[in-house]
Amino acid sequence: MSIFSYNGAAIVAMAGKECVAIGSDLRFGVQLQTITCDTPKVFKVHDKLYLGLSGLQTDAQTLYQKLMFRHNMYKLREERDMKPSTFSNMLSNALYERRFGPYFAAPVVAGLEPDGTPFLSGMDTIGAVETAKDFMITGTSPDSLYGMCESMWRPDMEPDELFETVAQCLMSGSDRDALAGWGAVIHVITKDKVISRTLKTRMD
Amino acid sequence: MAESQYSFSLTTFSPSGKLVQIEYALNAVAAGATSLGISATDGVVIATEKKLPSTLVDETTVQKIMTITPSIGVVYSGMGPDFRVLVRRARKTAQTYFQTYKEHIPVAQLVRETAAVMQEFTQTGGVRPFGVSLMMAGYDDNGPQLYQIDPSGSYFAWKASAIGKNMTNAKAFLEKRYSEEVGIEDAVHTALLTLKEGFEGQLSGSNIEVGVIGPDRTFKVLSEAEVNDYLQEVE
Repeated sequence: MSIFSYNGAAIVAMAGKECVAIGSDLRFGVQLQTITCDTPKVFKVHDKLYLGLSGLQTDAQTLYQKLMFRHNMYKLREERDMKPSTFSNMLSNALYERRFGPYFAAPVVAGLEPDGTPFLSGMDTIGAVETAKDFMITGTSPDSLYGMCESMWRPDMEPDELFETVAQCLMSGSDRDALAGWGAVIHVITKDKVISRTLKTRMD
Repeated sequence: MAESQYSFSLTTFSPSGKLVQIEYALNAVAAGATSLGISATDGVVIATEKKLPSTLVDETTVQKIMTITPSIGVVYSGMGPDFRVLVRRARKTAQTYFQTYKEHIPVAQLVRETAAVMQEFTQTGGVRPFGVSLMMAGYDDNGPQLYQIDPSGSYFAWKASAIGKNMTNAKAFLEKRYSEEVGIEDAVHTALLTLKEGFEGQLSGSNIEVGVIGPDRTFKVLSEAEVNDYLQEVE
């Protein structure tokens, strides 16, 4: 039993033309038992910045709360929202602070920079950052998710195409994963609005 | 006077509501060499007199204007050693910010943190306030900014101001001369003229120090030759 597959998750984020989309499955389980199917693993930081966290759910939740604390303090001091790239760096720093007793959570940061360019980054559990121009995934079946994204991603997708692509990758990628699935939620972030859609998938 | 009965302990208020040590710290600042700053539309200039105790001092090693980050510089009036301690702290604050966010610290944030340090030393046991007022100049996403930080820890943003020995006359001079549309080149000239007002003797590149930050957002202390060039333009 690995601590990273205790709860189970699947998260996909992709960049399109002046938009980003991030989605996760909805299963919350404890090893082989599924407890609920209404637990998203993607959280909003602000209108242009979303954070996906896979791994041990207790750590993912606590990490999210601590990050919101830091972001709220930043907003009060600096009177502005944090840019996605800045948030990503801060998250990496926060994870490394716990280098020898880490949060068992692997994050994906997705958002739009102030000038409208999409921003995607992913990290391991101790904060090693990787930024990408196409897609970022994390979860209990990374190989499936990578395979789907690699074959389906194209550059400069419009918001609706992007949604379809993320949805297909997430759903097919978590079909063979016993620990992820049971529904999905996908947020498409553009410069004026965020469209969130909940999907019904194979409930197994 | 009755006030002095309350000047032994820093953490004790006097009956009139003052913390006398801070008043005395401000006296130390007012006895220091004049420094000034001017904020222009496209940059900020700070300048100070570099009056040395003797002609035998190697003035090239005396640095009164220091860089905190590539886009923030600072000058002081008052006690040099206290200034160096604050510069060290400010540099560390800026670097810590950069390590966390990989973004350069905004000027207002650095001013706040430095002011907080100075305030700490007015409310802690066994220490005394810093005997300096700082003029911090920087350029960030909110444009060019100039701040003054006092020994009490209070800070103010200025369009133009002076601290130190000749500050009242210098501020009066700046009030007359300052305009909102002034550009950085004119601001340097105005700064030199203001310093000249209260200066005993002839201004030259070796007895004043000038720091400038322009739209390139890089703070630079002007070399002796550059200062002399500006002085010639002003003559």
